[in-house]
Amino acid sequence: MSGAELGLAFSVFLACAVEAVEALTIVLAVGATRSWSSALSGVGAATLALAAIVAALGPALTSLPIAALRVAVGGLLLVFGLQWLRKAVLRSAGLKAMHDELATFREESEAALAAGERQSGFDGYSFTISFKGVLLEGLEVAFIVLTFGANQHHVGVAATAAGVAVLLVVAAGVAARAPLAKVPENTMKLAVGVMLSSFGMFWGAEGAGASWPGGDGALLAIVPAVLVMALLMARALRGAAATLGAHVGAAGEPRAVETAEQAVSA
Amino acid sequence: MSRARRFLMGVWEFVVGDDWRTALGVVLALGATALLATTSVAAWWIMPLAVFLLLALSLRRAARG
Repeated sequence: MSGAELGLAFSVFLACAVEAVEALTIVLAVGATRSWSSALSGVGAATLALAAIVAALGPALTSLPIAALRVAVGGLLLVFGLQWLRKAVLRSAGLKAMHDELATFREESEAALAAGERQSGFDGYSFTISFKGVLLEGLEVAFIVLTFGANQHHVGVAATAAGVAVLLVVAAGVAARAPLAKVPENTMKLAVGVMLSSFGMFWGAEGAGASWPGGDGALLAIVPAVLVMALLMARALRGAAATLGAHVGAAGEPRAVETAEQAVSA
Repeated sequence: MSRARRFLMGVWEFVVGDDWRTALGVVLALGATALLATTSVAAWWIMPLAVFLLLALSLRRAARG
């Protein structure tokens, strides 16, 4: 497996694992409070829909001329990756709340209980919530599988990495019988943001006609550089937030610096 | 709002998110790269510089918000 293929498999695996953890929480909440059979039916239906999307769009993307494919896919990956990176940096800096699987589980469970009496046999609420949750979380993965995979002409490798991630998360969820609250989601999202942004930047520039020094080897410099940049920006934001909090605290208002420091130490 | 429009807005929201300036910046940077690549001057440095600036500006807007 080449470096780019390894990067592809690793990025898809991480992205899929993160989204699978979030989808698992939703399915667990409705399954435990209402109906497992209906919740799992929703999961199955969403999985089929996602597989159909990848199967239909994959060949269409790979049929594009390589330069057009690289610049379009590179640009899309970069825009997508910068979204992930921005949110992960804000969470690391304490300026955005961390994703809390236990809180999400509680909210979804309460909503499921308040949704009216459970239907015997097929429970429409459980099916719909599971279907929507898995589909929405899975669309991001499908997008990454298609764009990453099409660019490398390895949609199969990407899809396999996604499948392995899902199986591992489901197995962990079954073993824990609870939301996977201890998964370092923000660290994983930061890693995915770094990979998507790095590969998006690399392919986008290549597709636009630029030649990277060292060819594919440039990725060995790009990925760490993007990671260091993100970490330095998070550090700078934490410092700025702490400074702002000190001024706010001096005026007698609630000290934002405590929030930032608590978020950093969490 | 028609279904088609809602769908397109959903796609926009999915890909671009809440920061259209970053998406526009990426498009402009790719355009600048393509233009410079037609000359004899190296063009690879435009995207890393653009990514740094776009992320920094996006974070600054988000932090101020």
